Amino acid sequence: MSEAFTPVDPTPTNWRDPAMQKRIRRRYAAERRFRLIGLGAVSLSAGFLAFLLVTMVANGLGGFSRTELRLEVDLRQAAVALSAAQLAGPNAEAALAEVDFEGIVRAAADAQYGRRGARIFSPAARLVLRDAVRADPGLLARPATLWLPADSAIDQAAKGHGTPEATARYRQIEQAGRARTGFNTTFLTGADATDPTSVGIWGAVKGSLLTMIVTLLIAFPIGVLTAVYLEEYARRNRWTDMIEVSINNLAAVPSIIFGLLGLAFFLQFMHLPRSAPIVGGLTLALMTMPVIVIAGRNAIKSVPPSIRDAALGIGASRIQVVFHHVIPLALPGILTGTIIGMSRAFGETAPALMIGMRAFFASPPGGFDEPATLLPVQIFLWSDEVSRGFVEKTSAAIIILLAFLLAMNGLAIYLRNRFEKRW
Amino acid sequence: MSLSFIVLLVLGLGFVGWLSAKARAAAFAGPDRRRPHSLPGYHGWYVALWAVIPALLFLAFWAFLSERMIADTVLSSPQAAALPNVDMQRAAILAEARGLAAGDVASARHASASALAPVYAGAISFYNWLGLGIALLIAFAGGAWSWSRLSPAFRARTRVERMVMALLLTASLIAILTTLGIFLSLLFETVRFFSQVSPVEFLTGTSWSPQTAIRPDQAGSSGAFGAVPLFWGTIFIGAIIAMIVAIPLGLMSAIYLTQYARPKVRAWMKPILEILAGVPTVVYGYFAALTVAPAIRDLGLTLGFHASTESALAAGLVMGVMIIPFVSSMADDSIAAVPQAMRDGSLAMGATRSETIKRVLVPAALPGVVGGVLLAVSRAIGETMIVVMAAGLAANLTANPFASVTTVTTQIVQLLTGDQEFDSPKTLAAFALGMVLFLVTLALNVVALRVVKKYREAYE
Repeated sequence: MSEAFTPVDPTPTNWRDPAMQKRIRRRYAAERRFRLIGLGAVSLSAGFLAFLLVTMVANGLGGFSRTELRLEVDLRQAAVALSAAQLAGPNAEAALAEVDFEGIVRAAADAQYGRRGARIFSPAARLVLRDAVRADPGLLARPATLWLPADSAIDQAAKGHGTPEATARYRQIEQAGRARTGFNTTFLTGADATDPTSVGIWGAVKGSLLTMIVTLLIAFPIGVLTAVYLEEYARRNRWTDMIEVSINNLAAVPSIIFGLLGLAFFLQFMHLPRSAPIVGGLTLALMTMPVIVIAGRNAIKSVPPSIRDAALGIGASRIQVVFHHVIPLALPGILTGTIIGMSRAFGETAPALMIGMRAFFASPPGGFDEPATLLPVQIFLWSDEVSRGFVEKTSAAIIILLAFLLAMNGLAIYLRNRFEKRW
Repeated sequence: MSLSFIVLLVLGLGFVGWLSAKARAAAFAGPDRRRPHSLPGYHGWYVALWAVIPALLFLAFWAFLSERMIADTVLSSPQAAALPNVDMQRAAILAEARGLAAGDVASARHASASALAPVYAGAISFYNWLGLGIALLIAFAGGAWSWSRLSPAFRARTRVERMVMALLLTASLIAILTTLGIFLSLLFETVRFFSQVSPVEFLTGTSWSPQTAIRPDQAGSSGAFGAVPLFWGTIFIGAIIAMIVAIPLGLMSAIYLTQYARPKVRAWMKPILEILAGVPTVVYGYFAALTVAPAIRDLGLTLGFHASTESALAAGLVMGVMIIPFVSSMADDSIAAVPQAMRDGSLAMGATRSETIKRVLVPAALPGVVGGVLLAVSRAIGETMIVVMAAGLAANLTANPFASVTTVTTQIVQLLTGDQEFDSPKTLAAFALGMVLFLVTLALNVVALRVVKKYREAYE
């Protein structure tokens, strides 16, 4: 018998003892507190998200509407050297470009809104007038009442953010019944501009779409082929390890480093055109490829070996097993991973800044090798503008960006739920 | 006659080869009922690949080579003798002549450019036709040779499969090439930078003002490249402030969702938290600059001291919110990996759930959580848009969260978005910073993965 032995007190714990009761109460209180802290953390995180989204929507909804002012225009008086026949002809665009719509708007506005009346109209007013004439050549032959977009100061006054003078001016116009709020079509169809009432998002969206096409065409085949090779054919050796390590590292490299690679390799070394979707697409493809490889490998891994064995058993070659059986079965998973990778690339800004996609382009890109900007970069550019009118445009662009991402991720979730098999 | 047209032509030729070879192979299975080795489709692919691949390889090579040869032809023409010897003017005139020849430029500013334009146009069309001719010749030769080999006994499938394997291997090499490309391009420019600025100054200097003057006699003409304030700013925002936000929130969210929440709540809240990671960083940046930064400045003012509109706190807070899902999903995984027996044992001993979590689950899951935090730090210090939009440009060495600090990524963007020549120390400095960033994130990832892996082995 060792001396360290101490007999256990045989009397049971007295749970009704006040000291014990107090201790239990304290422990339960700590339990509740801990649970509340956990709930608080989750709610706070979700609250941040809600606050972010609400701020963007509240700021951005105004970007989709615009204030329009009534303007009586008589193109006969304006002595427009344009006939309806010309507009129907093949050179309609050239003929329209000849007409000084800006002067017409200015003259009419000065006449109807007093001296300097033209200032309360947006620079986009002439484009709206031009489009109206293009759509209805009859305007050339009769006086017409048009609703043209107002200048940014008036527009902001109408939305409650104006300076006192602009607000007073807007009240005056509104009381005369010459103002209304309309849907801002320019915002959805136009490109970048210096004036917040004439900017549009289509130039940036088109740039993004062209870039994404290049990214998809390069990253998808390379990613899938790499995944197939690593998962189905590669022997375990140093070479394979190196490929795997590179892919895992590439997935974690900061995106701006890919921008530096794009700048040094595609622009400085290969002399590809600066700011072009092709360069943006290549750079983002290198960034997206590891995501597709990792998702592709998981999808291929989840195809049960019995499928391979069965195909091999009836005489298929190893290539036939993979291309006829494994890939079709793994495709939903691969596509889901691809879409998620693409949606990440779609929202990526930093690499595009490095390869010069941040310049001002007043027209949408015409092709893969023409200067373009991307939707997130456009948001970044507009966020730098000081004018109040750009705040709502930036937020509106963010709403569009988030809508794109939501659609892409929704598609990914749908694909996964609809087609993915559990074996 | 553009390159894409030639490529389409070659692909078309490949398609013709595919069709005809398939038809020919289908005829093999003729009246004598002897089965050919491969299905007709494989014969088709064999011919198509032989027609297309060598020709495309040639075109890729030609695209580089022809540019050089066109320039040489133009420069050796008699019209080019009048060109000025100064490199810049010469390049400008050549570029303009090229634009004229291609129709991109409507009229020339330099008279000699318009003289050179027809020479250019001639050279371009000559080499394009030459390229087309050779490419088609190669495609025909490849197609014809492979066509001549087709026979019932020919093992077309084996050949095609060997080519497919080569294609797979090539695709998987691209990952290595990209890594190598990143490393080499950063290394190359970094070495050039260090030939102009001493590495010791770069890594230990505390003064950062990369503005090199245009004239040598200007004040501050040398530029200072001491990057310590940048490193500090990056650590301060990404590894300190952001983590103070992200670690408690992420860890507690993970604990609540795995241990307390009902399955239905968990099924809803987990994806919602993951949306935080999916929001583009430019949106966070705008949110930080528009909403958070002014609020923090006002907070500073009411507390009675000066606060910058580009405070480290604003950028760090928003970055912390972005990082929450990273920390929480890593913590989630590592808590789930703790054996159920440990949890049950603790509960059976009479510990409450929170005591079990605090004393058993979290200590057991700690290596995984630490690994997750390291990954989150590497993600935070490489993050660009939030700091570009919300943090400042002034390189301050301060621990005051209301002051403005700058980060490595902010400076890379700042250094590379001006209009300067590529060789100045200013642009090269961006690559040196990129190199540091690349190495540090790489090291963090390797360490994090090793920690996580080692820990997993301990329980399996």
